[in-house]
Amino acid sequence: MFDKLDQIFVTALHWLVGFLPEAWRPAASSLICIAFILMVFPALFSIVTIFERKGIGRIQNRYGPNRVGIPFTKIRLAGFGQFLPDGLKMLTKEDIVPRNADHIVHFLAPVVLLIPVLLTYAVLPFGKNMTLADYDAGLLFFLAVGGAVEVSVFMAGWSSRNKYSLLGAMRAIAQMLSYEIPLILSAVTVVMMVGSLNLSKIVEDQNQYTFGLAHWHVFTPWGLAGFLLFFVASLAESNRTPFDLPEAESEIIAGYFTEYSGFKFALFFLGEYLGMFAITGLGITLFLGGWTAPLACLQWIPSYVWFLSKILAIVFVFIWIRATLPRLRMDQLMNFAWKFMLPLALINIVVAGIWHYMALLPGWERWLVCSAILAGAYVMFGLGLMHRQKLGTRVYKFAE
Amino acid sequence: MPITLILTAVVLLFAAVAAMSLRNLVHCALMLAISFSGIAAIYLQLNAEFVGFTEILVYVGAVAILIVMAILLTRSGEAPDRSVLTSGWAAGVAVTAMVFVILGWAILNSTGLPPTVTPAPSATVKNIGDVLMTTYVLPLEIIALMLTAAMIGAVIIAFREEEPKEKTKMEDGRWKVEQPSTLSTPASSLQPPASTGEKA
Repeated sequence: MFDKLDQIFVTALHWLVGFLPEAWRPAASSLICIAFILMVFPALFSIVTIFERKGIGRIQNRYGPNRVGIPFTKIRLAGFGQFLPDGLKMLTKEDIVPRNADHIVHFLAPVVLLIPVLLTYAVLPFGKNMTLADYDAGLLFFLAVGGAVEVSVFMAGWSSRNKYSLLGAMRAIAQMLSYEIPLILSAVTVVMMVGSLNLSKIVEDQNQYTFGLAHWHVFTPWGLAGFLLFFVASLAESNRTPFDLPEAESEIIAGYFTEYSGFKFALFFLGEYLGMFAITGLGITLFLGGWTAPLACLQWIPSYVWFLSKILAIVFVFIWIRATLPRLRMDQLMNFAWKFMLPLALINIVVAGIWHYMALLPGWERWLVCSAILAGAYVMFGLGLMHRQKLGTRVYKFAE
Repeated sequence: MPITLILTAVVLLFAAVAAMSLRNLVHCALMLAISFSGIAAIYLQLNAEFVGFTEILVYVGAVAILIVMAILLTRSGEAPDRSVLTSGWAAGVAVTAMVFVILGWAILNSTGLPPTVTPAPSATVKNIGDVLMTTYVLPLEIIALMLTAAMIGAVIIAFREEEPKEKTKMEDGRWKVEQPSTLSTPASSLQPPASTGEKA
């Protein structure tokens, strides 16, 4: 019964495709899967925007959107209908292109942003037997295609012929290139331990239970360190606070999409959120067990429910961080990536190797050794980065 | 020939020609990025997953950005007025075509190549990793060492030299300029420091 519920989408797909002649089936099944992604994740995007606005409103002690409900009735839905008028507004707004802008590149930039972001969803395992393109090197595909986002950011910033746009694009590219390195290096540990770049195999490896507790990678010292590094790097990759310098409103208006309005702006907005969901999904797949349940007694819940709820949980933490932390400065951002996260990620790779070879010894020694190395490295690099910063009680200075 | 290969080839060739002939250098670089992705698509159609993905990761993600940054940092960004073709372009095309014909003729008529088609070798990521870590481990390590050396060199070039700076200090509500105290000549250390701030 629960198995059937778990596989309901897979069986539905097979049933639908079964009506077609044999030759058309592969193409039809890919088309249905593409339509599925194009429906589910933009819908998730629209709901998350409302959650974000209401959540930040709640944290900042104000209401947030609370009016829009079903039209012509008294039902208000606590403001959760807000995304519909927002979308309509975006569609009907005037599309303004600066006179000196490079029109073709300006037009293509939001489209080019969406292509790699949507492609990354092809390799994510959404549930049991629910990977669309089960590439042997799926992780490499994700990282490679995700790296192509920078081209579109540059296109947007350069073609607008606006200094704020170009500054935002430069910041975005510098930030994405810097944080891609700790992101990839923290994912390398998982590849080392599992011995495969295939994301389905990485999930299968975590789908074991000891005393009812799942073998998620995050429950090991190297996995915890890798997950935290991956989490921070994915915050930076998706341009979220405290790493939202590319679109810092108080300094450079909106960064690389300053000159975009109407639906092109909506496409940027959509691309950014879809990229955030995708990289969250990758982090879940690598460290948080993908679609597996945390406890063996919870395995009856369908796998796709686990995957979606894990995405929502991580996105909630993203929103929480956005409402809590201030924005970093550019030099702090770069120092943090190159002087703290990169060495820690390299040490984490060594720790993963030690963990692997100490598995021959019975007992808890490897837990102690690996945790001690990581904690020591964390403290040392932290002290090194704080050195000469002269952080202390803040002294306020005023002009007379 | 499969239709996907023809489509990819058309896009790839169009992008490559555009990358050579457009006037605006940034457009050329973007076209180059398209042709890189076309090459990656052809690798993928040949079942060379690893090479195809690496092509996207390295060339589209990094090299294209590097080229674009280099253009932005060196040129003013304005497109040149004159044509991109030099006067002798016809002769160049003729020479290139002749070289292509001769090379093609030589390859097609050569007896050195075995005429039989060998079965495609399986090059999964696992195979490539195994071979890199066993047979070719020494070249891999040498390349890693050279890249590290290049990176250290880049860091040294980019390193800002520490210069003694004039410090400004707030005193009695006025900004006071302090002379750097690290002057190495003994004469200056004997004399009292020039105090421009006190006179002001």
